[in-house]
Amino acid sequence: MYRLHRLLQPNAGYRRLATWLEARRWRNRLFTIVEEHVKDDMFGCRMCGQCVLPVTGYACPMTCPKQLRNGPCGGVGQDGSCEVYPATRCVWLVAYERAENAGNGRDLLRLQRPIDHRRWGQSSWINYWQGRDESLCTEDDGLARTASISPAGLQRPG
Amino acid sequence: MIQLDNPGPAGAALRGTKPVPGRFQSALASGAFTVTAEVGPPRGADAEVIRRKVQPLRDWVAAVNVTDNQSAVVRLASWAGSLLTLAIGVAPIMQLTCRDRNRIALQSELLSAAAMGIPNILIMTGDHPRFGDHADAKPVFDLDSVQLLWAARTMRDDGRLLSGRVLDPPPTWFLGAVENPFAPPVNFRAARLGKKVAAGAQFVQTQYVFDVPAFERFMAQARDLGLPGRCHILAGVGPIMSARALSHLQHAVPGVHVPDEVARRLLSVPAERTADAGVALCAETIARLRQLPGVAGVHVMAVGNEQRIPEILQLAGLSPAPPDSPCAGLGGSSDTP
Repeated sequence: MYRLHRLLQPNAGYRRLATWLEARRWRNRLFTIVEEHVKDDMFGCRMCGQCVLPVTGYACPMTCPKQLRNGPCGGVGQDGSCEVYPATRCVWLVAYERAENAGNGRDLLRLQRPIDHRRWGQSSWINYWQGRDESLCTEDDGLARTASISPAGLQRPG
Repeated sequence: MIQLDNPGPAGAALRGTKPVPGRFQSALASGAFTVTAEVGPPRGADAEVIRRKVQPLRDWVAAVNVTDNQSAVVRLASWAGSLLTLAIGVAPIMQLTCRDRNRIALQSELLSAAAMGIPNILIMTGDHPRFGDHADAKPVFDLDSVQLLWAARTMRDDGRLLSGRVLDPPPTWFLGAVENPFAPPVNFRAARLGKKVAAGAQFVQTQYVFDVPAFERFMAQARDLGLPGRCHILAGVGPIMSARALSHLQHAVPGVHVPDEVARRLLSVPAERTADAGVALCAETIARLRQLPGVAGVHVMAVGNEQRIPEILQLAGLSPAPPDSPCAGLGGSSDTP
């Protein structure tokens, strides 16, 4: 997955493609439907439109019943089960194991900012290629220097 | 009588000590082993219940947590309980969960708490409604606990809302978080606390500690991350008062781990003595936790048995501070550990 992700990294070509897709409603819609099907099959994607899979070990945090973006809640069972749906495994436990196994454990230390609920249903691939996802989370664990929760928002006039 | 307009000085006048609002924070800053306790607001329109539960704890604890519809069961609001607590001269820690409110309501609640003089806020994700008395309710979880801590710190330190709008004047609370050292993935738990510290947590209260060696491993990881220097860590404790309570904790409360040896010890005494054994075990746990480097104090959760908290603390070797001492209400100790 990590290798596949490198193939999708934004570049001028993807940006042009994203702009072309967004230019017509039907093209955008069709592309979004394809994305939805692919990501639903692979990750149980909920189409929040602001995908963090690359930094959550490719386990989708929006499948957590509390939609936690910053790690597991305190109710994970001793057997690793979700407290709300005991038949399923905690998605954050899956994220932790996958990220650790791939040597990307530090990804989970990044602080994930609150999501924009206007973006539900949008294509996160288009948003990603257009650079709209760049401030979804901090670069590191935020312990060394204070990170701003809303880099864009805080610059707005009061 | 409730004095809402100027609760800080009112509290100080009652106790003859420093104003209530800063008491918890200064207790932790002083390095004294600090005790907090949990009080659940009533299900019913009766303010007296809070007063009855908080009053006996006054000399024993630095602050009292007032829960926010704990276990997703409807009760009196935590802000109301916090104001009642403040009015009898005890510093409240207002719990605030992400379960029932979106970011507009959460920030409004935080602002209101500051305006009413509630000095301490404990931010948590909250139990899922599925466990409560309204299992059919809509779970909100617009923000998670890290994001809400981050938003609260931004409100206080940058004087801004999430929208970027300016707060004038900004609020001034002491911000806390929770962590469960025993839930999988256990090796991520200290790091998760690190995220909360990075987001703004100045103190943390943990889930019940029944397994002290496992808690020591968590503390070692927290020390490696340098967390005790940046955030006061209070270990959660509580007495198991009956075989039924034990079974409930083992099977019905998410995220609580009771080791087999603890269960065996409680079940090995006759049923009428289980409560005393639970109290003794809790006191022993406190005494052991007190020896651990980096542990700033304990948070006693004795839901429904708040009246036994002074006894537990006394058995653990702690003593109440005399009312006129500057350390009054710090849960300070007369002897050295």
